[in-house]
Amino acid sequence: MAIVKGGKNYLTLNTIKTHGTKVKIISLEHSDLKERLMSMGLVPGTKIEVLRSAPMGDPMAIKVRSYNLALRLKDAKNILVEKIEE
Amino acid sequence: MTTLSVALTGNPNTGKSTIFNELTGVRQKIGNWPGVTVDKKMGYVRHKDRAISVVDLPGTYSITARSPEEQIVIDYLLQEHPDIVVDVVDASNIERNLFLTVQLLEKRIPILIVLNMMDEANRRGIKLSSNKLSRLIGMPVVETVGRKSNSIKKLLGIFTTTVMSNYHNTDFVEEHIQKVEAIDAMALTDEEKEAKKIELRYAFIDEIIPQIVDFSGVASVTTTEKIDRVLANGFLALPILLLLLYSVFELTFTWIGQPVADFLDFAINGWFSSQVDIFLGNVGVAPWLHSLIVNGIIAGVGSVLTFVPLIFTLFFCLSFLDGTGYMARVAFIMDPIMRRAGLTGKGIMPLIMGFGCGVPAIMGARALDSEKDRMISILVTPFLTCGAKLPIMALFAAIFFPNNASNVVFSMYIIGIVVAILMAKVLNVTTFKDKKATFLLELPPYRFPDMKTVFLETWDKGKGYLVKAGTIIFAMSVLIWLMSNYNLHGSTDEMSQSFLAFLGATIAPFFTWLGFPTWEAGAAVITGIVAKEAVISTMGILYNVTNLSDDTIAAAHQMLLSLGGSFTALSALSFMVFTQLYSPCVTALGTIKKETGKWKWVAFAFSYTTFVAWFISLLVYQVGSLLGY
Repeated sequence: MAIVKGGKNYLTLNTIKTHGTKVKIISLEHSDLKERLMSMGLVPGTKIEVLRSAPMGDPMAIKVRSYNLALRLKDAKNILVEKIEE
Repeated sequence: MTTLSVALTGNPNTGKSTIFNELTGVRQKIGNWPGVTVDKKMGYVRHKDRAISVVDLPGTYSITARSPEEQIVIDYLLQEHPDIVVDVVDASNIERNLFLTVQLLEKRIPILIVLNMMDEANRRGIKLSSNKLSRLIGMPVVETVGRKSNSIKKLLGIFTTTVMSNYHNTDFVEEHIQKVEAIDAMALTDEEKEAKKIELRYAFIDEIIPQIVDFSGVASVTTTEKIDRVLANGFLALPILLLLLYSVFELTFTWIGQPVADFLDFAINGWFSSQVDIFLGNVGVAPWLHSLIVNGIIAGVGSVLTFVPLIFTLFFCLSFLDGTGYMARVAFIMDPIMRRAGLTGKGIMPLIMGFGCGVPAIMGARALDSEKDRMISILVTPFLTCGAKLPIMALFAAIFFPNNASNVVFSMYIIGIVVAILMAKVLNVTTFKDKKATFLLELPPYRFPDMKTVFLETWDKGKGYLVKAGTIIFAMSVLIWLMSNYNLHGSTDEMSQSFLAFLGATIAPFFTWLGFPTWEAGAAVITGIVAKEAVISTMGILYNVTNLSDDTIAAAHQMLLSLGGSFTALSALSFMVFTQLYSPCVTALGTIKKETGKWKWVAFAFSYTTFVAWFISLLVYQVGSLLGY
C-alpha cells in the first residue's frame, strides 16, 4: 500500500516482503516503540535491508546499522520508508 | 589504599558480562538475550595489591530511563560515582553501540571505552582505529577480546593506572552537547524533543564513523547471514528447531543425564543407604533414629539428588545454545506461535527451562520486555512437566497402563503444554488485558560461546536445585517422616493413625468426584506441594511398600499390589492429571514471590492452578466414567 506524501510514493516497512530489498527510513509514526526504535538506530535517513520473515510472515528481520533486528509487522507498520536502488 | 570501583556499562550482546565473568569469576547469569541482567552484579578482584570492585550494570541500548534497567544504570553512575566507568562497545557493531557512548559523554561522565570483540570485527574485515576515536572524543580507548586472558590482564592494568578525572570531552563533543541542549529551549512536545535529540546523536555518530572505521574490506554476506538462511528462514526453521530441541532432550534424558542419574541413584539409594543401614545397626542407635535417617532423610534427599545430573545437563545445553546466539533465532521463529498463545517469542526460553525445573524458568522470565509477558510466563510455567513430576508420571503409567506407558507419559506432557497455552490466552484477555506487550529483538551474530560463562550460568541456574535438596527437601523428609510416624499421643506404628493420615483424610472429600478420595492420595497431594518428588515417596511409605525399588518397572510391580486396591486405571489417570497441573511446589511459590514481589500473586498461582487441575481431573474422571471406563 503506497502512501503519497509530498508528491512522493512511500511505503510502510511491513509491506516489503521481498527479501534483500533495501529501503531508506523517511519517518516514524508515533507509537510506544518509537523512541526505542530510534535509539536503536532507526532514524530518518537510515538505510535498512529486509532480511527475512519468521514462519507465517511475522515478525520480520531487518539489517540496520550493521546489526540484525527482529520486529513485528504491527510495529513495522509505523515506519515509513522509500525504496532505494543499489 | 581504598578499593577501586569499576562499573561496566554497554549494550546487550557486547560481551560485557563475559568480561565481568573473566574479571571476577563470580557466578553471574548472562546470555545472548537482550537485557538478562536486571539486578546489578558485583564482583571483586585483586590486581597488584589493589582491591577492585566491579559492578556489571544491566546491558542497555540507551540511558533515557525508559525502562527499569536504564534507570538502574543512570542512577548508579550519577549517584555512586564509580572511579572508572567502562563503556563496553562491540567493535563489529560500533554504530549503534556508540549511541550509549554519546549519551554518557553528554552527561560529562569520563568513560573508558573498551572496543570488545576485536577478533570478530577483524574477521569481518572491519578496520577500526582506536587512537583516532580516542583523539576525537578525548576519552581513553582500549581494544580487547573479552574471553582472552591477556585482554583481561591488560584491562586490570589500565584500571589501576588510569585516573579518569584527567580526561575531558573534546571541543568536538562539546559542540554536539550544545546542539542537544539547545533543543530543550525549543517549543516542541517532549516526544518531539527526544526524537530530535536521538537524530542529532546519530548525526554525530555518522560524523565519527567514517573517520575511525574502514568498511572497505567487509564482505557483503556475513557468516551469520549464511547460517541464518538455513536456521531462521521460513518453514525449514521449525523442523530444525524441533530436531535441536529433541537432541537436547535426548542428551538430557537418555545419553548423559539419565545414565549419571541412574548411577547416583545406585550410589546413594543403594550402596550408601545400605552401608548406613548396616552401620547404624551395628552401632545400635535407637530404632526411631535409624528409621528417620534411612527411610526419611537418605530416601528423601537421595531421590532429589538423583535429578541433579538431569537438571544440570539440560541447563548446560540451553546455556550453550543461548551463548551461540541461536536462542534469539528460536524466539524469532517461535514468535508467530507464541504470540497466538498470548505470549512472546522471547518467552520460549523460560518455557523450555520449565521442563527441567520451574524455579529457574520463573526467574528466566525477567528477560522478557513487558510486565505482561513476564507475569503470564511466570503464571503458566508451573503447568509444565518438570523433572520432579516426570517420575510420578512414569511410575503411575507403568503401574496402570503397562502396555501404553510412554504414550500416557507423553500425553501428560501434552496436557501440560495445552493447559499452559490455554491459560496464557485466558490471562491475556482477562487479568492482563490492559497491559501492553512488545517485541523487539536483536539477532546477535553467531558466536562460539565463552565456556567459562556457560559453566557459570549452568551452575547459577542449577545450584538452586542442590540448595533445595539440602534445605527444604531435608527438612520436609524429616517432617513427613515425623508426621507419618507420630500422632498427638506419641509414636504410632499404624500409619492410618498418623498426623499425615489425618491431614490427608481432611482434604480427601475434595477428590470424591475426581475418583481418588482416599487419605493416602490426600496425603500425597499435600506433600507434593512441598516437593513433587515427595508424591511417590509418600505413597511408598503410606502403602507400606518396603524398599521401594529404584527401577520404575520393578517399583511398579511392587506398588501395583497395594495401589491397585485404591486406584482404578481411570482414577489413576485423573490423579496423574491433577498432579501434573496443581499448585507449584513451595520452592517455585517462593520464587514467584521473589520475582513478582507480591504475596497476592503467590496466592493466585496456588489457587488458580489447583482449581484448573481440579476441574480438568474432574472432566477426565467424569467423562471417562460416562464412557464406561
